[in-house]
Amino acid sequence: MSGPAGGDALVTVDGLTKRFPIAAGMFRKPTSFIHAVDDVSFRLGSGESLGLVGESGCGKTTVGKLLVKLQEPTEGSITYRFPAPSTGGHLAGSVDAANIKGRQLRVFRRQVQMIFQDPYESMNPRRAVYDTIAEPLLVQGIGDVQDRLDRVSEILNLVGLTPAGAFLFRRPHELSGGQRQRVAIARALVIGPSFVVADEPTSMLDVSSRTGIMSLMQELADRLGIAYLYITHDLAVARYMCHRIAVMYLGKIVEMAETEELLRNPLHPYTRALLSAVPSPDPMRRRDPPDILGDLSLPVDPPPRCRFYERCPMATDRCAADVHPPSEEKAPGHWVACYEA
Amino acid sequence: MIERPPNQPPTAGEGSSLFGDVPEIDLSRGRVDLALVRLRLAWRTLRDGWSIFVESRIGLLSLAIIGVFALMAFSHPLLMATVWTPDVYDPVTGYAFDQFDHPASPTWRHPLGTDSLGRDILSQLLFSARSEFILGITAALVTVGIATTVGAVAAYYGGLVDSLLMRLADLIIALPGISLLIVLSALFSLNLFYLALIIGVLGGFGGTAIILKSQALSIRVKPYIEAARAAGGGHFHVIFVHIIPNLLPLSLLYMMFTVTGAIFAEAVLSFLGLLDIRMSWGIMIHTANVGGYLLGGTEYWWLIVPAGASITLLCSAFYLVGRALDEVVNPRLRRHDG
Repeated sequence: MSGPAGGDALVTVDGLTKRFPIAAGMFRKPTSFIHAVDDVSFRLGSGESLGLVGESGCGKTTVGKLLVKLQEPTEGSITYRFPAPSTGGHLAGSVDAANIKGRQLRVFRRQVQMIFQDPYESMNPRRAVYDTIAEPLLVQGIGDVQDRLDRVSEILNLVGLTPAGAFLFRRPHELSGGQRQRVAIARALVIGPSFVVADEPTSMLDVSSRTGIMSLMQELADRLGIAYLYITHDLAVARYMCHRIAVMYLGKIVEMAETEELLRNPLHPYTRALLSAVPSPDPMRRRDPPDILGDLSLPVDPPPRCRFYERCPMATDRCAADVHPPSEEKAPGHWVACYEA
Repeated sequence: MIERPPNQPPTAGEGSSLFGDVPEIDLSRGRVDLALVRLRLAWRTLRDGWSIFVESRIGLLSLAIIGVFALMAFSHPLLMATVWTPDVYDPVTGYAFDQFDHPASPTWRHPLGTDSLGRDILSQLLFSARSEFILGITAALVTVGIATTVGAVAAYYGGLVDSLLMRLADLIIALPGISLLIVLSALFSLNLFYLALIIGVLGGFGGTAIILKSQALSIRVKPYIEAARAAGGGHFHVIFVHIIPNLLPLSLLYMMFTVTGAIFAEAVLSFLGLLDIRMSWGIMIHTANVGGYLLGGTEYWWLIVPAGASITLLCSAFYLVGRALDEVVNPRLRRHDG
């Protein structure tokens, strides 16, 4: 599966797989594995934002952590192609993420950052806002104290925490949820990354501060030319934020297309079910009952057939007999993994 | 790299002046003194903790008791330098010439009487207070220093490192503490400092390390640890900047309990006459015992009660301060019945 980004893709993910062993006991080899991410491939262009949509537990966050090298993949490759930088201290050209180690990994962290889901837990409660945001600068050895202070104040203004002086030395418990998430965004952006994995940055916020955070992230993406992998379970958020959307189910990407194309013309039965579950503001509109069956299960040693088979309303004998369907381009830039689509 | 946007995203409704107490920085005045701001932050934390601590009456009372003992420890050298002549009042070599019979019951010149060798009990009591503090605090610092590092390292790295350190802790817990100290003090001539070191190392690699490790495990899985890794922070950075500072409140608590344990252990060993130290509360009771006065009931009370009460009071005071600190450190224990 590949996207429309073509040869100049910033991130190329190919056959990415992550299996977590289920411990069978001390000194015993694990017999079962959770297939958290299974053969996922996509491309992401510079400045593009790709939405990764799926239910809880489908492996979205694991994909994000693999991309920022907080976890190592079991199989598959992640290749970054960084544009040649104007200043030193950055990786340039094509880099295989598996080979990034030691000093290079530290430099890599300047270019690839992550915004975490939970603004209440992603900040050390004992450290002030300044310490949290300046941490990437400090561990990367960028600037002296005054430089860091200037840069942190600057980014605080940028994320809308003004006046910066009033926020610099607050502790996380003295901030609201929306303010915390702005601090989390500031921490990810202060070092000037070209790619940011945003792991449900708005899911823990109340609705009123959600739109503020989303428009802030979009504005910063446009201004700073940042590419996002935007992980979310909310199609409405993905529609607002992303150029393209990839729908994930139990570790597999089942459908991927341009945002509007995917929403107007969903081909995979799972995507259709997701779309039919989006609430409508019209009280008179009758909604078809969701036509998928059962619940999301844990992908522990799944059978090789289509992952969606148990819940699929369109399942045929072929779906039961054959392996998980390969991803096919049904329309330009519209990839689906389904035999019946 | 980053330019300022012309239109600021809205901050309305996110309450910016709710906390008037937050140090506000005027960035327009040029250089900001970070050290000063941090000092103010630390002071604020301390003040907040204190306001919770004072709610515990027992904690306050215990702190007062510790304060009294600290005054006693400081008063001994002062008294020796001013009103007490060393040949009469020295806690080890002094002799009360004004009495015919020793042990002598309390008089004005000797408020707590003298022991069987004619030495002033009050002087011994005050002199020993200092040793107990030095012993207790040294042992506590060593324990907590080792236990915090061991706990954080075991929890962070897991695997083999964790197994080795925790099995060592199990081994140390399995050793009977006082019996081991008796054997060690019989083999080597232990002074106060070595005793403090041994107690500190045993506690630091033993039970306290396990408790702090369990706390470190719950810190290790917090997203801010991952965020620090994603920022490029190394193992050293994560352990010493994120895990250990979050362990410190609990460490402080176990420091208090270690002081209790150390003073108690010293009293036991001194009572058995196994330590190479000049004077301590345990030795005072030992002296009374050797002279056969321990069996005399309350007739020679001044030989036993001052030292015994001091051991009990100081041990319980440190323990109870620990319990009161527990409420500061662990918000779930706080009562909200005000």
